[in-house]
Amino acid sequence: MKSDSYVGALSVSDKSQREGADLKALLRPPSPWETIVTYVRCVLVVAEIELRKLRHDPTELLTRAVQPALWLVIFGEAFSRLHAIPTGSVSYLTFMTPGILAQSLMFVSIFYGLSIIWERDAGILQKFLVLPVPRASFVTGKGLGAAVRSLTQAVIIFLLALLLGVHLQWSLIGIIGSLLAVLVAASFFSTLSMLIAILVKTRERFMGIGQVLTMPLFFASNAIYPLAIMPDWLRILAQINPLSYTVDLLRGFLVVGTAPDALLDWGVLLLAVIVAQALAAATYQSIVL
Amino acid sequence: MRPMIEVEDLVKRFGDKVAVDHITFSIQEGEAFGLLGPNGAGKTTTIRMLITLIPPTSGQMRIAGLDVQRHKMVIRRLLGYVSQSLSADSTLTGYENLLVVAKLLGFPRQEREQRIWEVLELLNLREAAHSLVRTYSGGMVRRLEIGQAILHRPRILILDEPTIGLDPTARRSVWEALELLRNQEHITLLVTTHYMEEADAYCQRVAIMDHGRIAAIGEPAALKASLDRPGATLEDVFTSVTGNTLESGGSYREVRQLRRRAQRFG
Repeated sequence: MKSDSYVGALSVSDKSQREGADLKALLRPPSPWETIVTYVRCVLVVAEIELRKLRHDPTELLTRAVQPALWLVIFGEAFSRLHAIPTGSVSYLTFMTPGILAQSLMFVSIFYGLSIIWERDAGILQKFLVLPVPRASFVTGKGLGAAVRSLTQAVIIFLLALLLGVHLQWSLIGIIGSLLAVLVAASFFSTLSMLIAILVKTRERFMGIGQVLTMPLFFASNAIYPLAIMPDWLRILAQINPLSYTVDLLRGFLVVGTAPDALLDWGVLLLAVIVAQALAAATYQSIVL
Repeated sequence: MRPMIEVEDLVKRFGDKVAVDHITFSIQEGEAFGLLGPNGAGKTTTIRMLITLIPPTSGQMRIAGLDVQRHKMVIRRLLGYVSQSLSADSTLTGYENLLVVAKLLGFPRQEREQRIWEVLELLNLREAAHSLVRTYSGGMVRRLEIGQAILHRPRILILDEPTIGLDPTARRSVWEALELLRNQEHITLLVTTHYMEEADAYCQRVAIMDHGRIAAIGEPAALKASLDRPGATLEDVFTSVTGNTLESGGSYREVRQLRRRAQRFG
């Protein structure tokens, strides 16, 4: 057995007898079970790559903390004093904290697609597409990696909330539930971002679209004011905005203690993830054309 | 002996533009085959079709006797590919770059470690294994990328401009690594380059491409001899078969990309 040969099982010395047999083994289609196992393995490895990058350069975490801190400290404190927005029995700062968490995970995720444009220009993507592994697993793996990365965003907001003395419900279920909501929402927004990247292909166009999207996604949502105070047209926009469902869940877990529409919220977010993933997986290869 | 790569009447059009125009060639097992020509001659497009990245407009491609279009997944097992650009991840270490590819390929832990360290040893990267790739020299990055492409022990290694932007020492180190793979592991090499003197020194056979067509094909020595002029170089062959010099060809966009790449290799 020549196990150290780079032609592997098809070693040169006994090639004539074995080549046919080995090619036949390669030609055997994988069973459904093997396909699933391979897919899941590749998804996890692709997500791991994203996390390894973060480990080597954690400065990104600090810079990401700046924007939500400014929103809470400046905007939040100022509007708390104005009492301009009716938030019932909770303070405005408490009301907006889950909204700022949702906003910051959306801001971070919506530009995630830039990384696949960069990888395409650098030839990294092509290299992975030529490996004998299922291509769709890259989309799922990257979505998962981006989602896990944005968990740090939740940790940042929790720390800020403690520092600012925001009255959140610090229950175990509330924390676990909100982390899960962050995972699902971030995988939706990062997959949406990848989908945009696949379609527009250049970073200039991508940045333009990203900037155009973030503001309406944020302001046409219940992140910093309740749906009740909105004019009808804006409320309709907010109700088809996945960010509103994210905020609803987070506010339920962290402020109210329960979310009356939790089932609807989860349903909308999960459906959004599945649709975005399916579209991105189907179009992924076209980014190298 | 059966050829490892067979290409027959291959065509690729992008809209009105014919990038690859009815080319036919074959590469024997264990051979180092050079695809030469200026930027925009169709070399990279040809390779992108062979590695299953883009479909051909028409024509046939077979690797190890298998139709490339029909058996994409098997073809990807049989070949390793090193792209023209700097594709190693500079934010990870050399070891991690190999590790993630090995994990994707799904080797059990022990075999994975064994393969990674074999490759690091073979490509002379053992010492730098745990340094971040951003500290590597251009030649080391290229060798690491070759390492990523041979972890699954492919029978064919396809490299697009492997020495572009490298200094002469680094270029030699890359070619020495490729020679080693061919001699020790009997890997078949398909290399594109526009450095004629490298093709002359390291390839058994070359095809000269120009405007999507193969203008000449054969052993470098035979091609040079056909000119009937003492001291003729492959560059002279190129000029004689295409009526062009190497300087022509290559759009503004390609040149800009090339320069950026060279800059990054530093």
